[in-house]
Amino acid sequence: MRDMTQNCAQTAVPSTAASLAVNGLGYNIDGHRLLQDVSFDIRTQGITVLMGPNGAGKSVLLRLLHGILPPSDGQVHWYGKPLSPEITRQQALVFQKPVLLRRSVAANVDFVLRTRGRQDPGRRDAALARVGLLHLVQHPARRLSGGEQQRLALARALATEPDVLLLDEPTANLDPAAVQLIENIVTEAASGGTKVFFVTHDIGQARRLAEDVVFLHRGRLLEHSAASAFFDAPQSSAARAYLAGEILT
Amino acid sequence: MQEFESAFGLAFDLILRGDRDLLEIVWLSLRVSISAVLLACLIGLPLGAYLAIARFRGRGTVIVALNALMGLPPVVVGLIVYLHLSRAGPLGFLGLLYTPTAMIIAQTILITPIVAALSRQVLEDLNTEYAEQFRSFALSRAQAMQVLIWDGRYSLLTVALAGFGRAVAEVGAVMIVGGNIDHLTRVMTTAIALETSRGELALALALGLVLMVIALAINAAVQGVRLSAERKAYA
Amino acid sequence: MVLKQLTPLIFGALLASAASAQSSIIVQSTTSTANSGLYDHLLPIFEKKAGIAVNVVAVGTGQAIKNAANCDGDVLLVHAKAAEEAFVAEGYGLPRSDLMYNDFVIVGPADDPGGIRGLRDIGTALTQIAESGALFASRGDDSGTHKKERQLWEMAGLNPSADSGTWYRETGSGMGATLNTGIGMAAYVMTDRATWLSFGNKADFEILFDGDPALFNQYGIIVVNPAHCANVALDEAKAFADWLLSKDGQSAIGEFERAGEQLFFPNAAE
Repeated sequence: MRDMTQNCAQTAVPSTAASLAVNGLGYNIDGHRLLQDVSFDIRTQGITVLMGPNGAGKSVLLRLLHGILPPSDGQVHWYGKPLSPEITRQQALVFQKPVLLRRSVAANVDFVLRTRGRQDPGRRDAALARVGLLHLVQHPARRLSGGEQQRLALARALATEPDVLLLDEPTANLDPAAVQLIENIVTEAASGGTKVFFVTHDIGQARRLAEDVVFLHRGRLLEHSAASAFFDAPQSSAARAYLAGEILT
Repeated sequence: MQEFESAFGLAFDLILRGDRDLLEIVWLSLRVSISAVLLACLIGLPLGAYLAIARFRGRGTVIVALNALMGLPPVVVGLIVYLHLSRAGPLGFLGLLYTPTAMIIAQTILITPIVAALSRQVLEDLNTEYAEQFRSFALSRAQAMQVLIWDGRYSLLTVALAGFGRAVAEVGAVMIVGGNIDHLTRVMTTAIALETSRGELALALALGLVLMVIALAINAAVQGVRLSAERKAYA
Repeated sequence: MVLKQLTPLIFGALLASAASAQSSIIVQSTTSTANSGLYDHLLPIFEKKAGIAVNVVAVGTGQAIKNAANCDGDVLLVHAKAAEEAFVAEGYGLPRSDLMYNDFVIVGPADDPGGIRGLRDIGTALTQIAESGALFASRGDDSGTHKKERQLWEMAGLNPSADSGTWYRETGSGMGATLNTGIGMAAYVMTDRATWLSFGNKADFEILFDGDPALFNQYGIIVVNPAHCANVALDEAKAFADWLLSKDGQSAIGEFERAGEQLFFPNAAE
């Protein structure tokens, strides 16, 4: 697999396809290895789900892909280019617990648009309409319900029309109805051409969303395969056990 | 203890009558101290925000120094400003000694460390919450500082209030650089000091009461703003 | 955003103070003259006549002289003749003139623990205070009053500094503050008569000793030397000094009363 990725990173890729090349990626903090020797590459559009038990390194990997954590080893290339603030700016990350500014719903979206140099109330309202929050436009953001807050975080992320949308267990604390809404929005964004990376440890959710799956365990990449292949015939014993509902340590 | 009784009577009398001299003194006190607070915020908030975000060698030392400067004795600040603004001093040509401007300068120096040190604390907590999102937005440091200051605005109001309290209550600095000149640089605290030295203790106390009423009103107003902010979960 | 709205306000406030400076002078003077209300009586008369605003900075004589030497005043009006003459001799001031006088008194608790009431000689009175162990509160701030007090102790052949902190207490503050302190601890205090008469917190204190010619308290006036301080408003400063020394000014000083008593006695040379 490693040989393959190295080839990938060096060959030119069509600019229309999302292209991610991860090479020997590792992350240590205070002597703990949270992630080691992770290599894979992705050329498909659609939704890639990062799966694995707690502490597998999913969130760390997501942040390394986004360029908001400095890797201890290895590299991440997008479209053949190493990570840079430029690339981070072309992406958007939605956290498990949304970080909303202490402002109105509208101002939260306006802020990101302004930092991208394109303040536009029309675009803002469109983004809010997309997540069903247009009627709350002047509402204080931090007075919204948990599900609404996460939808606002999504609207804020999508308003900038990112190339890549990264989500870190965005539905972990939400009720089923709210989960459904979020999944719909994400699926819609993906079919609109945005590449999505979705971290979850909810197997049902992964089945609903994934086109391909990256399975992590104890900071290592165990599998990267198409969703159908992964769910029908997992290669590693850890993935088999995980899908069977066993508790992995 | 009869001073207390007559002080209350005098204070009411002064306020109800709208005593012209008193109004002049109150207005100058507010003008000087509010200007000083605004200037201190102009300098101290960006400094506090910078220290909240930036990581550099010697940052700990800077923070310790700033915290220590919160205890600057007003008289020392007054003296330093006097020595600079005196005709014999390096800035004497500006002719600012014994003017309200000199008093504003002295109080600004006195409270800027307070604003910077306290806002650093407030904004560092806020930054802990926002930092990852800021990195995801790929904000520049200046942009991040702006967001912190704006989103921390209601907590920072309390910081500004702490600065105002210190400024409006100090007498040492304004006495030296203002000179307590009647109708020119006399403020509440120097007037209180003057009446005390005249042995007019009841009048001094009455002025003190008026000062406390003003401070109370300003604090209540700020508290009101904060409460309405908390209802929006902005504070 | 907010800052943009506030900036004009800030500079408005700053400019307002600069704009208020028209024709005016600064007088470095003593707390005794200011606290008694003398300036509140004199200045409106002069300002009306001359159209010059007079700003008084009232500090101890020692500090007033230093401030004037730093060019932070146009006129010096204090009461420490030797120090004033030194100020002129060093080139800081134009020639000095006697302006007015009053006298020092010793006030103390009515029960007079040192038994100085009725004495005629200041030396005897001070010796008696020292020997009785009664408390004495001194300014201890190098002011004109303090200098005078030290002279009197010396004339009496006593050195109270040796007992500083026991019965001899140096407050290191102004006249009013020292009176408040002295009254608070029932200590004798030497003060100029004007400050005492206009002092509001007398409690049970009375004048227990006065009348010795050695207690004479002379005030002088000096215009700061423009050769030393180019910023001096010479014409305005001279106008003020000349008026105080003129017949009109002298009689205005003589007319000033508190509680029916004249506080300052004009004695400018004709």
